[in-house]
Amino acid sequence: MSERVLPQDGPTAPPRANGELVFAEPWESRIFGVTLALLEAGRFEWPEFQQCLIEAIARHETEVGEGEYHYYACWLEAFRSLAFEKGWIDAGALGALEGELASRPPGHDH
Amino acid sequence: MSDGHDHDHPQADPRAIRTEALEKLLTDQGLVVPEAVDAILKHYEEDVGPMNGARAVARAWTDPSYRERLLADGTAAIAELSLGGPQGERLVVVENTPEVHNVVVCTLCSCYPWPVLGLPPAWYKDPAYRSRVVREPRAVLREFGLDLSEGVEVRVWDSSAEIRYMVLPERPAGTEGESEEALAARVSRDAMIGVARVEA
Repeated sequence: MSERVLPQDGPTAPPRANGELVFAEPWESRIFGVTLALLEAGRFEWPEFQQCLIEAIARHETEVGEGEYHYYACWLEAFRSLAFEKGWIDAGALGALEGELASRPPGHDH
Repeated sequence: MSDGHDHDHPQADPRAIRTEALEKLLTDQGLVVPEAVDAILKHYEEDVGPMNGARAVARAWTDPSYRERLLADGTAAIAELSLGGPQGERLVVVENTPEVHNVVVCTLCSCYPWPVLGLPPAWYKDPAYRSRVVREPRAVLREFGLDLSEGVEVRVWDSSAEIRYMVLPERPAGTEGESEEALAARVSRDAMIGVARVEA
């Protein structure tokens, strides 16, 4: 079984609770949290998201080799599909904002 | 470099950008409140995890009528312990016996009983586990260090759209008289997924 190798200790280690790694990257936790916030607000039923997730995973599995599998990348794709389906977000607006954020100069707060 | 920095600025991860953009657009529309997201994450980091399922297991081991209720209606039984929430709406608990060993998978995605076990480990979501445990469960279990004799029936539970499964492991011998708290400390997440036993 593939395992992701990450720094286990110290300030750069990912959040860990109950002795178990929860999220490898901050964005993974954010997309999880955003999904759950909308679920708890009743904006969608779990099976709707689950169907998107199943489809995203199936597509991902046919595209990547073993060891490259990235679960939360599938979750993100599934959530984006759901957001478009439900009309929460317009694809054009998302693309434009992504472009803006990507061309932002790197933060210099260190 | 002209700004005096001597370290690299790696390209931002497009997935991080996408996530940030999604959250911003949803927040601007009032569909998401970032503080609510923070609270959810804190909850899943601190309050939700296998220590919850372990309490239910320890109670079932020490209280036969609780055990019956847990096996009859997992959702109702864990509610007695103030446990519940997303992915626990239809919880089915399956018990291991000397004759039957249960193991849980979600072949299509990652369905997992969050209220009792927290979020699933990476290997549970991995395509290798998901496809192999239904095809060759004994081989997979052996790789986890669990060698079952031929006389033991292995039942693999593939989580459907609604049902989430948790395994009630066998209580190890030699633990008579231990407190529920001590018993709960013995119960691992892997034993409640079914890829391990609880050893004395």
